[in-house]
Amino acid sequence: MTPRILRSTTGRILRQLRHDRRTIALMLLVPVLLLTLLYFMYENAPGVFDGIGLIMLGIFPFVIMFLVTSIAMLRERTSGTLERLLTTPTGKLDLLFAYGIAFGAAAAVQASIAAGVAYWLYDLDTAGTTGLVILIAIANAVLGVALGLFCSAFARTEFQAVQFMPVVVVPQLLLCGLFVARDQMAGWLQAISNALPMTYAVEALQEVGAHPDPTDKLWRDLGIVAGCIVVALVFAAATLRRRSP
Amino acid sequence: METAIEVRDLVVERGKRRVLHGLSCAIPRGSVTGLLGPSGSGKTTLMRAIVGVQVVKAGVVKVLGQAAGSAALRHRIGYQTQSPSVYPDLTVRENVRYFASLYNGITAADADQTVVDVGLGEQAGQLVGTLSGGQYARASLACALVCRPEVLILDEPTVGQDPVLRDELWQQFRVMAATGTTLLVSSHVMDEAGRCDRLLLIREGDLIADDSPEAIRDATGLHDLEAAFLHLIRSTQTPAEAAR
Repeated sequence: MTPRILRSTTGRILRQLRHDRRTIALMLLVPVLLLTLLYFMYENAPGVFDGIGLIMLGIFPFVIMFLVTSIAMLRERTSGTLERLLTTPTGKLDLLFAYGIAFGAAAAVQASIAAGVAYWLYDLDTAGTTGLVILIAIANAVLGVALGLFCSAFARTEFQAVQFMPVVVVPQLLLCGLFVARDQMAGWLQAISNALPMTYAVEALQEVGAHPDPTDKLWRDLGIVAGCIVVALVFAAATLRRRSP
Repeated sequence: METAIEVRDLVVERGKRRVLHGLSCAIPRGSVTGLLGPSGSGKTTLMRAIVGVQVVKAGVVKVLGQAAGSAALRHRIGYQTQSPSVYPDLTVRENVRYFASLYNGITAADADQTVVDVGLGEQAGQLVGTLSGGQYARASLACALVCRPEVLILDEPTVGQDPVLRDELWQQFRVMAATGTTLLVSSHVMDEAGRCDRLLLIREGDLIADDSPEAIRDATGLHDLEAAFLHLIRSTQTPAEAAR
């Protein structure tokens, strides 16, 4: 890895994003709109928004960054820019980390706005601090980026790439404990749930919701999410081939 | 003369089809070599092998004395793919500055100069996606030129360019060669062939001519290079192919 190349590649990805005002607007506003929807859905059920709204703060960045990254990386692969970059001094990790940092930064802005709205406009109540919620949201976003980078290798067109979203995202959403508490699931469902990274992100958020100080479980869960990010990046690096048939 | 690119017994298969059948050639340093041949003859595959992005079945490809695609070469080689590979959602200047930033010692000012050199000075602030086809291709060319590489592999760089621009680009290629750059340029346009120091003519993955334009004219007895190539292509056809 070369710091200069990592820096300029991160800058290039952010510049591409900056030219795309509509995507920025969607990225920043959609979570806020969905939170608004949730808030009013549970307006007459006290305490429910505190649970679901909190989990959503972690899920939005994951879903949106997965989608954005898988399409962006697919474009690199299909437009020939990836092949060209691999003939330059750019390393595979330069490129992958640049995506992680650039979209991670975008996710930080997104998560901060969403959390700000949830806490101050809709009175989200958590025992732990907002900072921890945002930290988990960013970790989740980077996880989405890493999985998106990896999954883009298995799509040939953008049409196919968007179909990976239900495959990768929906099972994690269903089994993370949002709809049915994990200890009430059948054993085999729990086993699957244990193998999915989002489970730990959601558990970490619930820990922040329930405890004023960061718990050991929270750090363990964040560590697992970080581990999954590394594994996904390693797999993504394996899909970047300098030579193709 | 010193050899910049050496290809020995290169065999490439794409899918089940054998694209290059044990091709050998040597390209001298500080020259412009034209790579010509009918479409589908293996020009792009040979270029990809030289850049080091093509999986090869057998044979040796060396650039500046090192194995093609080796890490040390990535600072010294520039490659323009046939279909322009730049970021359509960035401006011309942003694209070229980005590719410049990947190399040591190439500045943003160098990038801006390269944008002017390819005739896109007025479009520097325009998004590449909004350019015309010819301008789009020149933006891609600028990204290959900007690192001032010792070896420059250009796959059909002048397609879609008007005659005046084509002439200017070829003058630049000549200047680069005069200062020691080795250029390999594929082309379909025969009046460009006459501006090369050497010509490689390939047909169905075999090299059928590797000589200077003058030597090819002399050997075929034809002054017009297009006629000379047609003659060479037809004379290497098997009777069965000719009957088709």
